Amino acid sequence: MTLFVEKRSIVVPGEVLAEGKYILGANTYLKNGKIYASKLGLFDFTQDKLMVVPFKGAYIPNVNDQVIGKIIDVGLFGWIVDIASPYEALLPASEIQDKRSKIKIDLTKILDLGDLILAKVAAFDRTRDPLLTIKEEGLGRITSGKIVEIPPTKIPRLIGKKGSMINMLKKETECEIYVGQNGVVLVSGKNPFNENLAIEAINKIAAEAHTQGLTDRIKEMIKKRREEYAGGKTN
Amino acid sequence: MLAAKPIKLINEDGLRVDGRKPNELRPLKLEVGVLDKADGSAYVEQGKNKILVAVYGPREAHPRHMGLPDRAVLRCRYHMAPFSTEERRSPAPSRRDIELSKVIREALEPAVISEMYPRTTIDVFIEVLQSDGGTRCAGITGASLALADAGIPMKDLVVACAAGKVDGKIVVDLCDLEDKYGEADLPIALMPAFNALTLIQMDGLLTLNEFYEALNMAKEACKIIYERQKQALKSKYYQIKELIETEGEK
Repeated sequence: MTLFVEKRSIVVPGEVLAEGKYILGANTYLKNGKIYASKLGLFDFTQDKLMVVPFKGAYIPNVNDQVIGKIIDVGLFGWIVDIASPYEALLPASEIQDKRSKIKIDLTKILDLGDLILAKVAAFDRTRDPLLTIKEEGLGRITSGKIVEIPPTKIPRLIGKKGSMINMLKKETECEIYVGQNGVVLVSGKNPFNENLAIEAINKIAAEAHTQGLTDRIKEMIKKRREEYAGGKTN
Repeated sequence: MLAAKPIKLINEDGLRVDGRKPNELRPLKLEVGVLDKADGSAYVEQGKNKILVAVYGPREAHPRHMGLPDRAVLRCRYHMAPFSTEERRSPAPSRRDIELSKVIREALEPAVISEMYPRTTIDVFIEVLQSDGGTRCAGITGASLALADAGIPMKDLVVACAAGKVDGKIVVDLCDLEDKYGEADLPIALMPAFNALTLIQMDGLLTLNEFYEALNMAKEACKIIYERQKQALKSKYYQIKELIETEGEK
């Protein structure tokens, strides 16, 4: 059991991480008894499980993920939703209507082309396109706020350990922030200043996700912007 | 005007037309993430070669029936810009462009772990802005960088470099003149972590011994470029890290 790279160092595909009886985590693979990285990212391990936290990558849906998507097609039986993933999602019409009901309603009256929705992935297994649901509390059409898109691989950093980062952001910026696991984030605040502040912070987190002490730096940045804003008002 | 054949490709001191030693590479510049809109991108300068590579994907296969049920489809387009050569080149894909697209795709395919994204495509666009011999190799080197930058899972980076025979001597990383007027050209692509060749082509004539000498020389050159590739990928993120650290000191 030997490790060849330090924790939290940047690794590239094909780099040897370790040799021996480790558990293979995300973005690693075993060949000829050695464990290699398969993506560009940060090397990390917990006990004897090795993994690479990637910098970039496509969003692959997971059941129960909360996502933000855009309606790109309305059919007879449901909506096609773009969830910023290689796979288009389907939101069936049965979501809003009883299957046995004989009255056909115009689906565009409920959700039309270009509408954004907050939804949850109901089913997905890579052989078929993902199915969405909006039946839960708080899900459905988005009516206000601003959208930020960041690489989906940075979402765990945006949320932080047990939500430390996102809770701090919500508190400091006084905004409602809905995080889609697909890298789309909805920010909704009382005024444009708060919203823009939250967006700036989110973009900063995405750009600097691989560095340490990020939560404190973000806090500082927000504080600084607030002071600048208050100063500008009195002048 | 095509450049005339120089009288000697290797001079009395054993130096080549551009002043290099037989085993010396051309100056190399590798950059990653140069295009914002692409999922991954790279820019390569190898001697006078200037090549831009963009990667899109994995994305939904279009048309849909093109997708495979068990893995992603890798598509590759190698193209030389009309202004990339001394004489204007027709922008339409030539026989050569189509063939190189195919061999480059086949050189990259063993490295890409395509089973991760069934029913999708990964598109690689290689655009040669200025050419000076060995563009397929520089294209492969750049393409694997762009794929890694896009966050596509790969077994290893792919590096390519050519060796050949010029004025009776085995040399590495041929430039345009050496390629045109030399006796042989042997481009290879390598996955250095497994010492696995993913592309090997040859034109001209080499004896068996010369072939092995050229092959080993090209492999050594690949390993040098491989280290530069790793640096290029990592430096983008180290730069951000350093920037923060210096800011923190202030």
